[in-house]
Amino acid sequence: MALSKVWVHAELTPEGTVAPISLEILAKAREIADVVEVFTGSDGSAVAAAAGSNGASKVLATGDLSGKIQGVHVAAALAAAIEGGDAPDLIMAGTTYDGRDIAARLSVKLDKPVLTNNTDIDVSDGIVVSTQIFGGSQIVKTKFSAGGPAIALFRPKSFVAAEVGPEVMAEVVTIAVPDTGAAGMAKMLNRHVEETTGPKLDEAAVVVAGGRGLGEAAKFDLIEDLAKSLKGAPGASRAIVDAGWVPYSYQVGQTGKVVKPTVYIAAGISGATQHMVGMKGAKNIIAINKDPEAPIFGVADLGIVGDVHKVLPKLLEALQGR
Amino acid sequence: MVLGWGEQTPFMNVVVCVKQIPDPADPGALNPDHTLKRDGKLILDESDSYGVEMALQLVDKAGEGEVTLVSMAPNGEVSGLRTALAMGAAKAILVSDDALKGAGALDTAKVLAAAIKRVEGADLVLAATESSDGYTGTVPEQIAAILDLPSITFAKSVEIADGTVKVKRQTEAGYDECEAPLPALVSVTAGVVEPRYPSFKGIMAAKSKPVDQLTVADLGLDAAIVGWAGAGQEIIAVEAAPEREAGDVIEDDGEAHLKIVEFLDGLKVL
Repeated sequence: MALSKVWVHAELTPEGTVAPISLEILAKAREIADVVEVFTGSDGSAVAAAAGSNGASKVLATGDLSGKIQGVHVAAALAAAIEGGDAPDLIMAGTTYDGRDIAARLSVKLDKPVLTNNTDIDVSDGIVVSTQIFGGSQIVKTKFSAGGPAIALFRPKSFVAAEVGPEVMAEVVTIAVPDTGAAGMAKMLNRHVEETTGPKLDEAAVVVAGGRGLGEAAKFDLIEDLAKSLKGAPGASRAIVDAGWVPYSYQVGQTGKVVKPTVYIAAGISGATQHMVGMKGAKNIIAINKDPEAPIFGVADLGIVGDVHKVLPKLLEALQGR
Repeated sequence: MVLGWGEQTPFMNVVVCVKQIPDPADPGALNPDHTLKRDGKLILDESDSYGVEMALQLVDKAGEGEVTLVSMAPNGEVSGLRTALAMGAAKAILVSDDALKGAGALDTAKVLAAAIKRVEGADLVLAATESSDGYTGTVPEQIAAILDLPSITFAKSVEIADGTVKVKRQTEAGYDECEAPLPALVSVTAGVVEPRYPSFKGIMAAKSKPVDQLTVADLGLDAAIVGWAGAGQEIIAVEAAPEREAGDVIEDDGEAHLKIVEFLDGLKVL
């Protein structure tokens, strides 16, 4: 039973394009609803082309928010539109920072529950979302029972983006942002983007990730060098990000990035459940760890029980020799 | 809600929302109704040690003020609260009520917000970005919405100056410099600050610090809108996820790196 209408958050990247996660969710939205519209806390023109060619018929745009932190403003605008009679059955967004902020504020305004970290959705008998618990070993299916609109957030790479056709522009409609008073006064003054070279971590075909088994921050160079020689991206476990060895943008896992590369090489990573959640979907996993009991060996296609300080330099040398 | 202004007095009163969770070292288990088992001792969520430490440092810097903890937990659990009190928080409010079984993020936020309203002169509310057992990640922002406060989530650094909270907000590719006028709510990431270990003196002092235990009725909330009754969701199935099969595991004999090269070659990524 398809839903009548779904709203999907079209999130913008710092470069001003529509984020991959939004396009992934848009593809799923098309499967489950007759009408799909996107909403954005920005100027609709930035989003209209991608929204249209990915199947949305309309863009509900707040317009440029001039640096105001968007959660409270987008939620207020959506709530006003809903109160004005334009309610969708379901609102979908990524489990991203802005997605979570908007969904949280909207959940309070509408007094409706929000479910996050979902990896699938089924609307054949009510709206049922799937999420994974206990490190991804169990799937929990939850049905929304409070009536519409349901608010559901999804993890990256739960769905696959797919354009419907070339160059279709979605219609841009401005939605009014009500005054939110003091609650709306949080703002961004400056954006700092880290310089990176090479492919993006969540898009790379090869990811080489390091963990505490590397021993010290300086040894992360082995990971960087190996990633470079394989034209891949370096990644990290939460342990070494929290320890300050590498920036958060390197983190793979429950509270970091979800990656699904062709190859994921885990060096000195034990395989804590919250890390596995971020990389279990890799097509091929190679693990190097000196502990034969490390949980990572339970998911590796090729597991090497050995010292990373011995294996990695030899591997690097062998690759550089080719 | 009575909230003070950090700029007019040297005071800085901070409320920290903390969660007490089953020890992550123990394997998780579900009750028959699919809720997480929370029977044993519940400890301070490590994510919240950062919020508590941040609050203590901000109060320290201001010169005067105190840190109040707010927590929602079953069975009158206070173990995690005592840990945070031992770090230096002054007092705690615990909401414990069987009616809260099955509570979702929204009703948790309603409960915590109602408890926070009872703290006089609060300038700032801190929380972790998400709990380590639930990972929903919306409760802090929902609390801000209920209390009608400006909020900045995912803070990797927090400073107070002239009645304003200045935050470096983590992003996927770096950070944004943000600010909001006090009173405000900020959620903090791990690594925002290095949490202290409670001293022996702190642990002893924590035993007699006040913990005000409240029920849903004490907060003026209707039991019918919280817990399973108010969750607006029902769990209809829990099933095992398809397991990924492990491949070969070999011991490095000095040549294992060649096996890796061979494997990569086969995948045509070289």
